Amino acid sequence: MDILPALLTGLALGSIYGLIALGFHITASVCGAVNFAQGSSAMLGAVLVWMMVEAGWPTPIAIGAAIIACGVYGLIVERAAIRPFLARKSEAWLMATVALGLVCDNAMMLVFGAEPRSLASPLAQASIKAGDVDLGIYPLHLLIPLVMLTLAAGIDLFRRRTLHGVAMLAVAQNRDAAAIMGIPVGRVIAAAFGLSSALAGIAGMLVAPLSHVESSMGVVLGLKAFAVAILGGLGSAWGIVSAALLFGLVEALVTLGIGSGYTQIVTFLLVIVVLAVRPDGLLGRAQVRKV
Amino acid sequence: MAILVSRRSILSGLAVGAAAALSGCGQRADRIGIGLITALTAQSAKSGEAISRGLSIAIDEINANGGLLGRRLELIRRDDESNPGKGVIAARELLYKEGVAVLFGGLDTPVARAIVPIATSARTPFVVPWAAGTAITHNGTAPNYVFRVSAVDELVDKAMVAFARNNYGARRPGLILLNNPWGQSNEKGLKAALAATALPLAGSEKFEHSDVDVTPQLGRLRAAGADCLLMVATVGPSAQVVKSLDQMGWDVPIVSHWGPAGGRFSELAGPHANRVKFVQTYSFLGADSPAKTRILAALETKYPDIEGPQDVTPAVGVANAYDAMHLAGLAIRKAGSLDGEAVRRGFTRIGRYEGLIKTYDAPFAHGQDALNESDYIWAEFDRGHIVPLPVKAV
Repeated sequence: MDILPALLTGLALGSIYGLIALGFHITASVCGAVNFAQGSSAMLGAVLVWMMVEAGWPTPIAIGAAIIACGVYGLIVERAAIRPFLARKSEAWLMATVALGLVCDNAMMLVFGAEPRSLASPLAQASIKAGDVDLGIYPLHLLIPLVMLTLAAGIDLFRRRTLHGVAMLAVAQNRDAAAIMGIPVGRVIAAAFGLSSALAGIAGMLVAPLSHVESSMGVVLGLKAFAVAILGGLGSAWGIVSAALLFGLVEALVTLGIGSGYTQIVTFLLVIVVLAVRPDGLLGRAQVRKV
Repeated sequence: MAILVSRRSILSGLAVGAAAALSGCGQRADRIGIGLITALTAQSAKSGEAISRGLSIAIDEINANGGLLGRRLELIRRDDESNPGKGVIAARELLYKEGVAVLFGGLDTPVARAIVPIATSARTPFVVPWAAGTAITHNGTAPNYVFRVSAVDELVDKAMVAFARNNYGARRPGLILLNNPWGQSNEKGLKAALAATALPLAGSEKFEHSDVDVTPQLGRLRAAGADCLLMVATVGPSAQVVKSLDQMGWDVPIVSHWGPAGGRFSELAGPHANRVKFVQTYSFLGADSPAKTRILAALETKYPDIEGPQDVTPAVGVANAYDAMHLAGLAIRKAGSLDGEAVRRGFTRIGRYEGLIKTYDAPFAHGQDALNESDYIWAEFDRGHIVPLPVKAV
């Protein structure tokens, strides 16, 4: 009976990585750059919700405000660590985003403190029962994959069915041509980073009740999310969703089946093997670059 | 008029100046420097502050009684951020620049182990009031400049097994350990302790500090028939184990090293935090004694956030450091000087001392550790406070 909760918990954790990884996908497909400190955005979401709830804010308002704040943080990342380097066709945004993430983590440690704190949720209090059988998971474990799938579908629809989404696609395909057609390229790229950070913030606040809130919580989340993004293919939202669920399942099953000492070895070997067979990820497509 | 100064004079002057700078510009004739290297920021800051407070109260008492060798003691603190590299830099500064007579430190075992060779090479006693790694004092050096007033992993492991067997009737314990050097070190100790008592091991599982879910590891232990968990992990990960057990609905006793005691464990672990029983060396919520009354009054006077014994957390940091400082003072008195080797020998010649944790009788005459398994107590969290259980470790 331990297999079912392990599978469901694995899907939930994979979905957390997936939400963060979708942020990588959005910015990479619009401008070819990513925020390597996406984990900091996830931490920011969790910490801000905790601080606002502690300050007496109603939880729904705290969640909304934290998502907006994470979006604003994404705009700052774009303005400070992406735009100046893209303008110079430099790839130093890679280091700049890492540096900005470290600044964010350390600033939050000063404000929030170094000690982990608990963020309680009614969705992670009592486990789900099917008749007399305790399934060994919380409602939050089921909610997290639903949130990821809903947001992934929403992003897909947004990009294909709305004017702003089409503008994003246009910028992704040819920035110069999009600018000539009157699309505000800078604003579209900034919006992509805002959305990317907001998604990571949502991931942070969803995972916090299952674990705890601390200023360093985003580091490993961000790293695994990047592995998921590469595994799924940076250019494919549904590839990332599939990779996230697969990654979470493999993590849980390896730990349950052969022991925790092998979890990281097997999961990251799997990433290498998949990339060796499909260098552009599970559902990614090879990019053509005209020279 | 030109002033002519010979090159030799300039070089001599520079050499004298440099020598003065390097030979302990921080040393002053009117005070004895007591160094402390601990985590003052990052996750373990609260524990580092507890050590600071224990040392400060003891130093205040010694200074109020005229100091040592006619000089006042002065505590000089440096932050290691739980990072061995930073601990090493701080140790060199305190030993060679500040010229401390005794170096305290090592909240974390890796930091303490990194400092051991530096203190040994400087021939200065290094006193450990927290880190429990067995190899810190069993370090293979002779003469050994490292002394400890704290728990020792090897002995804690024996005590954990004894507690599980005596109090829960454990017949097949499982190990759940943090995947770091501390967890690995205790895995060996726990397996040895289980082998010594002929108890079969259900399994040994490790997990990462960042793991959000420990149910797969716990599921393996449950499937292997574990009837009690022996846990070695810090605050956050320990809480994660309790939360995962709650999620699984597995009601199994948890006997733990003292990791949960260092922070907000009861907040993080939730309503079932008290299912974890963990080892301690002291609790201010235990039996009254003159030393406890005196020290508690001093703590309440000096630190506004302390209004009663429940506020002295983590108590082991305060108590270990307090006793360790007084023992170091006795060693310096025995030495009659601040010479490192003389002070080291002074430690081995300490006689009887009525401390906070216990009455010590020649604590370092036969080894480097002043406390053993018979000094440990067991505790649990009760409404956010660490309260001792009415049972001894062994």
